Amino acid sequence: MTTILERSAVISGLGVSAIGRRLGRSGLDLAIDAVLDAVADAGLTRSDIDGVATGSGYSPAPGASPVSTMELKEALRLELNWYSAAADSSQMSALISATMAVASGQARHVVVFRAVTEASARQQAPASSSAEASRGEAEGWLQWLAPFNAPSAVNWIGMAAARYFHEFGAAREQLAQVALNGRRNAALTSDAVYREPLTMDEYLSARMISTPLCLFDCDVPVDGAVAMVVSHVDVARDLRLPVHIESIAGPLYGRSTWDQQPDLTRFAGADAAKRLWSRTDLKPKDVDVAQLYDGFSFLSLIWLEDMGFCGRGEGAAFVEGGGRIALGGELPMNTSGGQLSYGRLHGMGLIHEACVQLRGAGGARQVPNDPRVALVTNGGGPVASAVLLVRK
Amino acid sequence: MLPALTPSNSFFWKAGHDGRLKILRCDACGEWLHPPGPVCPACLSRDLTPRPVSGRATIETYTINHQAWSADLLVPYVVAIVSLEECSAVRLTTNVIDCAPEDVHIGDAVRVLFEQHGDVWLPLFVRT
Repeated sequence: MTTILERSAVISGLGVSAIGRRLGRSGLDLAIDAVLDAVADAGLTRSDIDGVATGSGYSPAPGASPVSTMELKEALRLELNWYSAAADSSQMSALISATMAVASGQARHVVVFRAVTEASARQQAPASSSAEASRGEAEGWLQWLAPFNAPSAVNWIGMAAARYFHEFGAAREQLAQVALNGRRNAALTSDAVYREPLTMDEYLSARMISTPLCLFDCDVPVDGAVAMVVSHVDVARDLRLPVHIESIAGPLYGRSTWDQQPDLTRFAGADAAKRLWSRTDLKPKDVDVAQLYDGFSFLSLIWLEDMGFCGRGEGAAFVEGGGRIALGGELPMNTSGGQLSYGRLHGMGLIHEACVQLRGAGGARQVPNDPRVALVTNGGGPVASAVLLVRK
Repeated sequence: MLPALTPSNSFFWKAGHDGRLKILRCDACGEWLHPPGPVCPACLSRDLTPRPVSGRATIETYTINHQAWSADLLVPYVVAIVSLEECSAVRLTTNVIDCAPEDVHIGDAVRVLFEQHGDVWLPLFVRT
């Protein structure tokens, strides 16, 4: 029997800075707010922290990860036994690394954080994030996309969604439910970026960005920071509200770009799901609340399928009408608004919200009936990762 | 934005010079590989040669882009993923041109047409 080492780790503290469009503050300033919030929330002090992990994610876009572990260490004068930041990573890699560091004894209490200043960065240079990242000539994988004026993930995911619509007969009215559900939940979340009501008519008449994806299918750059403390399970009994890591996975199997996948509606989420479920006895039916990555609405649909909540091609029908994924539904999804309405925090906001729900601290947006098992997924294209969190 | 030419990708971006699309192929096992790389992912041979292909392809999926990513970009336009006739596992992201965006459909047959920009020839596609 494989030892599921991630069960040696708990998420012991949660922190978040102000989240907003163009806050006019530095990434480090925001990160410090979130980190100190998380450390205090864990009932710890700065001197207890001996590890730091962050990640810059899939794209080196301006403002996507402006704060290094070194800068945070220097600002807070931390003394670190272990630290890690990986540019070549999934959105969840920092949490995965921190979990392993704690489980292996490299560190006792690791701060995992992600700061973003993408809204402020965008103000200076309004263009697609990928295009900004490589002005001049296109190199690496971007050379196969940018020369054809397909520089943005919305183009690549638009093509995946178009193929999905073609194969499975999905409709925009179904896809819309991911966006509408997020907005309804954000209205109940005081620090969400987009809280004003969104109707089906507004969705259907919104500006098209890259068919079939309209404005409301795309998340939006924000400024903000999220942090959490990952601690060894041995100290869990001393902690206020530990959230246990049941299983976590971030495999890397498939081709590196959207266009070379053998199946153009099937991506790395399926691999992450297979790994995740192989490391636990829990099943999809045991999940009480799901935070499924919605950098684009379409990604949540394929995550529902990849994770086994419904069959292949059934994701659109699963969300139809919105009831099943609503707060009182059979699978409450993206309960603080998701990235579409809470804000683009590159997966970290979703992990944070899963913990809030398991603590029963969701206030007006709290999922009823005392949720015990939460699923979080990040990414969903060529990179994908997932974590199953439980309260004991 | 144009591609930066390197020793490994020049054959592809300059293929339009003689009007023949070229894809890297393994001399040992016949595997087609794209994007080009230094080793055959199937048999690990290093003997790889750019081979001409017909330029006939099928639209696997497409999107009509409405967002002007730069000030001089005319929208809407069609971005498509096409699979090549000889090697359907090889996909190219490209533009389908010379037709109205609403006339483009998944499954359409297309053929390559090169658009020259200095020493780069972009392989674009038209419906046949």
